[in-house]
Parts: sequence; C-alpha cells; structure tokens
Amino acid sequence: MSKKINPEILISIETSCDETSAAILRDGREVLSNIISSQISVHQKFGGVVPEIASRKHVEAILPVIDGAMKEASVSLNDIQAIAVTNGPGLVGALLVGLSAAKALGFALDLPFVGVHHVEGHIYANFIENKTLEPPIICLTVSGGHTDLVYMEDYGEYKVLGRTRDDAAGEAFDKIARVMGLGYPGGPAIDNLAKKGDPLAIDLPRGMIDDDSLDFSFSGLKTAVLNYMNSERQKGNALNLPDLSASFQEAVVDVLVIKTIRAAERIGIKKIAMAGGVSANSRLRYRMKEACEKENYHLYYPSPILCTDNAAMIGCAGYYRLCTGYKDGLGLNAVPNLPFKNWV
Amino acid sequence: MLTFITRSAKETEALGESVGYLLKAGDFILLSGQLGAGKTVFTRGIAQGLGVKDYVKSPSYTLVNEYEGRLLVYHMDLYRLESHEELEDLGYEEYFYGKGVTIVEWGERAGSLLPDDSLKVCIEVSADLSTYRTDEGVRLIYIEAEGERFRGLLEELSKDVRFRS
Repeated sequence: MSKKINPEILISIETSCDETSAAILRDGREVLSNIISSQISVHQKFGGVVPEIASRKHVEAILPVIDGAMKEASVSLNDIQAIAVTNGPGLVGALLVGLSAAKALGFALDLPFVGVHHVEGHIYANFIENKTLEPPIICLTVSGGHTDLVYMEDYGEYKVLGRTRDDAAGEAFDKIARVMGLGYPGGPAIDNLAKKGDPLAIDLPRGMIDDDSLDFSFSGLKTAVLNYMNSERQKGNALNLPDLSASFQEAVVDVLVIKTIRAAERIGIKKIAMAGGVSANSRLRYRMKEACEKENYHLYYPSPILCTDNAAMIGCAGYYRLCTGYKDGLGLNAVPNLPFKNWV
Repeated sequence: MLTFITRSAKETEALGESVGYLLKAGDFILLSGQLGAGKTVFTRGIAQGLGVKDYVKSPSYTLVNEYEGRLLVYHMDLYRLESHEELEDLGYEEYFYGKGVTIVEWGERAGSLLPDDSLKVCIEVSADLSTYRTDEGVRLIYIEAEGERFRGLLEELSKDVRFRS
C-alpha cells in the first residue's frame, strides 16, 4: 500500500456506457463541475442505447468534456492533484476512451491515478449529496445495466448481498416501454403514465420475492407483461396502458423495496441509500420512503443528475480510494465484467 | 433442421445446456425470437453446458457480456445496431472469429458481416398461451446448421431425444 493522499482538487472521468462525463471535485465531496455530454437525442432515434455510436461519440466528446469541466470549475491542469476513472464494468471500447484519457493525463502531469468500479461510483453519489453521510450503509443501485444490493461497511469495504440474475430493473422498464410504444428512455415514460393508472389493476408476478436470497429476477415479469398484452389482444380488448404501466411498475418496486428492507434487517443497519437511474423513479422513492419510515430507517438518495451516469460520483469514490493509500499504475486495464471487490 | 418443444423455461435451459456440451472453440450461434421468447434462458443453458458458473444476464444494455467456462463465452445483443460501421467500430472480428464461443441475438443486424457457418436457433412462442401468469409457456425451438462443422453438431444433437417434436 502506497502513501495516503488527500487530493484537494481531483479530476474524474466516466465513459462506461452512453455518457461521456468529466468532473472536478474539491476534497472528495464538493462538486466544482460535473459535465455530462448526454446522447439521449441520438438514442431516442433508435429506441435504445446505441453503444457503438456511443463509443465513437466518446472519442469525439472526451476532450471538450474535460476542457468544459476544468473551465466550469475554474481550474487549470496545474491545479489537479489526482485522477479517477471508471475501468469497468462496461463496454470495453467505451471504457478505453475514458481510461486512455485518464492515463495520458496521469502520465503527462505525473499524478496519482486510480480506477473505480462503476457501481461503486453510483453508491458514492450519496456521499456527494449528503455531506454528513458516513458508512455503514446499505445501497440499492438500480439502473439500465445494474440491479445490485450492496452492504458498504466502510470506505472500500463492500459485500454484495444481492444482484439481478437476468435483466436489470431499468432494462425491464425500457423493454416494456418499447413494446407499449412509449419510446426511450422507458423509465420516465412508464413513471408518468403510471400516475394515471391503478397499480393493482393487473396481477403480475413478483420475481423471487419469497426466495431467501437477496437476488432479483425481472425476466419473468417481462414475459408475463408480454403474455398479458398478447392475450388481451387476442380477446380483442383494448389495452389500458396507464393501468399496465402502474401494475408493472408496482411489481418491480415491490420486490426492490421488500428485498432492500430485508437486507437492512438481516445486517442490522438503519441507513439505506439508493443510486442509479431507476432510483429517480417517483413510485420507488415514495414506497421506499414509506417502508423506511415504518421501520425507523434513514433513507438517502441523490438528486437526479447524480442518479445518472456521471463522473462526479466516480471522483468521490476515487478520492476515498486515494485517502486509504490505494493507487493504480498506468498498466490498469478496462475490464468489461469487472467484479465488485474490496480495496482496503 | 431439428424441431424441439419445451414446456418451461427450465426445459429451454436444459436444451441449451445440451447444445453447450457439444460446443468447441470458435463456434458461432445465431439466436432469434421475439422479446421474452427465452433467448437469454437458452443462452444460460449453453453457458452451463460450457461450465460457466456466473449468472448469465441479459446483454441488451451492455451489448456484449463475457463469461469464462471451459471456453470463453461472448453473449451479444445487436438489437441497437444501426449500421455495419458500428459493428466494425466495436471490433466484431474478435467476437465473430475469435477463440471463444459467440452467441448473438438480433444477428440479422450484422448482415453480410456474419460468418458463413453458424448454428441457427429460433425460439417461437407457441400461440395457445392460456395464461399470462407464469413463464411456463410452450416454446417451439428450431435448430438449423450452416456449414460442415455445425451439420456434424446437429447430427450429435439429434441423438438427444428429449424435447423432440
């Protein structure tokens, strides 16, 4: 373990999926800038994430995004004391763009450099949002690519309690929205439509809800919704999309809330956090808040901008890695299926 | 072409596992079927047959998922591909002509870039679904071979009498 560093000014880069993002942080938790080159307009055209397009866009966007982050934070290259970058999991071509930029900066400026796990980054969005929050916490990270329930005992000490065995929660939202003709991104579309629907209108399965494990499964729910739509069409019935949206959303939310509370009970933790794009879902926030109040738990979640993929959260996680003396060499690789590991 | 009928996700997975046992380095599988047909379930079976211990998750969001069993396994979903150029950007040769086993969903998006030889698996949702409550629906699974290597594989697979229609 090398010497511990507390970088006052840190730059971070995230390019694991569709967003190119760079951020400048002061003392790990204060965001001086957080530039996200959102590609949502490109994706809307195709009804989903387009990783190849994203990969090329990363190359085009990375330097302007880094420049933009420094400009907005009013810092120059000479002010930067450390670099953090996402090195997995994700699409290798996309990850490499951010990683190469970070390495080039680290080499040219001779600065300490650290790789961060993408889901770990999501958890740290909560530490940016809530300046006084300290571990231990239980964090539910729900996004298009991930559904992970993690017990964070301390900075760098994690235990993955549960994860999805098939589709991620956000992916289920996107796919159901697609077959319902609601467009992309599916999460906000279903969230909005569900407000006008009855969550109890259609009886849909809650995947693995009685299973003793804290794992998730959303594939069966997806199939059930598709089968329901087909069978209604065959009967010549018009679909009630608000009811279907609300019922589908409720099935996802039920499982997420119940398993998270179950995890907190098992570990004996009173602080629950949420992260990732789906954590911005209004029904999930409402139901999780309700469940936490009942159990006397504290609930934390980041503001919407920190729920999406962004570099600030990666910077915060990287800061704490550096604080404990953890550092990576310039030989660090992009790992598409990077496992979630402790670094202390 | 062989036709199979499976009556549950478990059976679809078991059929995939039988295919997985027969696979060799460099094999290429094209998987088609509508959303929710069971493409990921079938792939999970293949991965089990190849000794993969990890959960096989949907690659729709990540585009490519990699697993390690007795061979490297690449599970791809090309649904979002718009042009061949994008596939070239991705370095598709490493997946299509590499040393692992590659399983591709929505492979038609790759058009002429697809290898000539492949095992084609088509999963069809049976029309007489009486209930939407379970995923125990009936599936018709057609497996077809393109090229010498896969015709041999299909011959081997034909000895497996389970789920044959």
